[in-house]
Amino acid sequence: MQDLKEIQDRVYPPMVEGDHSFGTVSDKIGDLALKKKTPFFWFIGFGIAFMVAQLLLISSSYLLVKGIGIFGTNQPVGWAFPIINFVWWIGIGHAGTLISAILLLLNQKWRTSINRFAEAMTLFAVACAAIFPVLHTGRPWLAAYWLFPYPNTMGIWPQFRSPLIWDVFAVSTYATISLLFWYVGLIPDLATLRDRAKNKYFKFIYAILSWGWRGSARHWHRYEIAYLILAGISTPLVLSVHSIVSLDFAVSQIPGWHATIFPPYFVAGAIFAGFAMVLILCIPLRAWYNMKDFITDTHLIYMGKIMLATGLIVVYGYAMEAYFGWYSASEYEWFMVKNRIWNGPYWMFYWFLIFCNGVSIQFLWFKRFRESPFWLFIISLIVSLGMWLERFVIVVTSLNRDFLPSSWAMYSPTFWDISLFVGTLGMFFSLVFLFVRFLPVISIFEVRTLLPEANVHGHQQDFEENVLEVEYTYDKTDPPNPKVDLP
Amino acid sequence: MVMAAILAGTAFFVYTQVARSSYLTGRYLERQQPVQFSHKHHAGDDGIDCRYCHSTVETTASAGMPSTQTCMNCHSQIWADSPYLEPVRESFRENKPIEWERVHDLPEYAYFNHSIHVAKGVGCSTCHGQIDNMPAVYQENTLQMEWCLACHREPEKFIRPKTEIYNMQWQDGDLNAEERKVLYDNYKIRQAEILTSCSTCHR
Repeated sequence: MQDLKEIQDRVYPPMVEGDHSFGTVSDKIGDLALKKKTPFFWFIGFGIAFMVAQLLLISSSYLLVKGIGIFGTNQPVGWAFPIINFVWWIGIGHAGTLISAILLLLNQKWRTSINRFAEAMTLFAVACAAIFPVLHTGRPWLAAYWLFPYPNTMGIWPQFRSPLIWDVFAVSTYATISLLFWYVGLIPDLATLRDRAKNKYFKFIYAILSWGWRGSARHWHRYEIAYLILAGISTPLVLSVHSIVSLDFAVSQIPGWHATIFPPYFVAGAIFAGFAMVLILCIPLRAWYNMKDFITDTHLIYMGKIMLATGLIVVYGYAMEAYFGWYSASEYEWFMVKNRIWNGPYWMFYWFLIFCNGVSIQFLWFKRFRESPFWLFIISLIVSLGMWLERFVIVVTSLNRDFLPSSWAMYSPTFWDISLFVGTLGMFFSLVFLFVRFLPVISIFEVRTLLPEANVHGHQQDFEENVLEVEYTYDKTDPPNPKVDLP
Repeated sequence: MVMAAILAGTAFFVYTQVARSSYLTGRYLERQQPVQFSHKHHAGDDGIDCRYCHSTVETTASAGMPSTQTCMNCHSQIWADSPYLEPVRESFRENKPIEWERVHDLPEYAYFNHSIHVAKGVGCSTCHGQIDNMPAVYQENTLQMEWCLACHREPEKFIRPKTEIYNMQWQDGDLNAEERKVLYDNYKIRQAEILTSCSTCHR
């Protein structure tokens, strides 16, 4: 039986470790939000993040007063920090949607304890991303007419043939669906918090937010249907949103942007960056809040593997970009590749990017690094930086040496470019801290379903029957026909 | 949810209406001038041609405002002692132009030229309404971009023969579609794509 246990743990690694029952799960996760005493480090972390977020307030106010001349963006680099940061943030959101939608439909149980905050991360990242397109014109009060088609008094519509307007729809759909998905998933847990809250104000707020959830069979039935429908709607969004973001570049004719590989390469990059951010958030979270029972080492290992896989796709993308430049036989394309990689003023950024996204992830082939939260954390940080550099390299190296040598110029960001970006980082982490403090960071009711007691006739039995059967049939000359229900 | 949708829909509708209301556009609001000048009297009852005062309308971007001397051509003889006309005489004596209140004020970023419109068969009343019925002039149209574009998208619907440009009683229905087509061709008006290109008006 010892052997069997070992095989079982390898095929179905336990997604909840430790000795937990339904009650202890609720206690452990619910207490994060309900516990009277907020841990000291929370105040430190939130304080720092919130202070950094003030940079966003200051720089956007200054932007509105002075106009976009405060940015370093200028011809020929007419697209710079705002779009780099926008694409970076939007990309980060993708892991949340992948975890919540695609992994749900694929019945991957390990998504359960990380989906909640991955979805929250998506929402916050999209909120940060949205700041840039709205602010980059310097006149956000006019945003309504150039973003949305509505019967305005100018009698004109946005340019529907432009990918920038597709972006508006892609991102706003994405934000809406992500919010709904996250919120619908929260409802049963909010009801749990409502029932357990001691503070009457908190109880009141949780009661409002949980929409009268009583957990009846009918509630659950409808909940499951709604959740599946939303997962179905979100699934194409994982692929479509960043594809459309990539078309912002690919539809233009700028050398280095006009490439068919852009959509898949951007999507892979988005998931890559997103998992890096999930790891950056969940490694400290599980350490500080002692959540290792729910976010187990297995989770981290899986995420590390996904990072490796998507990272390799991204590296393939880099290789293909260079190859296309040569194979296109277009003088401008090939010049751009040379300019980007060794001949131009920004070649160092390119190689730094290759180091961050290409070299650093190779360590994930080794078990030692995959299994070490510390190294995963470090690699995730490097990857996040690398994905930012990727957008920088794509945007700036293509533009700074354009078709006409007379218009070549260098680009460098100003203080305000950087402060606006750092400000959004502050806002992101402030929101994350608030989320951790006031809402259940891990889905309580879904984690309960992972416990053995939720599955009385569940995997244990299946496993014994199926695996034993496999072993049994294997002895015979018949071809083995294992019918194992994967989790 | 249904209530929210209805409310949002209503709010949106109200917004689209307010955005076009006289409150924001100044349409139909009579402007008082430093002199109690009546277009109804001069253009309507007396039948003075528009170009007598707005003399540069056929040649320049601005239709032109008359100098005080133009007023005094007549008013040194008739109503020469009228107290209503004291501001005019004062302006004449002191050689200081009358400061008229602007009624039609286009934003600076919109390029507008009267002469091309007149030359291509757009009559005064098409944009300014029946001035000969206005004691105090008001803005007949919103002057919003969608209003400009309504004509630039299908100019053939709003043009008239050269002889009728200053006719205040002209109606768009006075010509049938065929006659307007002939007119459109004769005026050599460019196609709507060019007339609605951004840089036609925003230069």
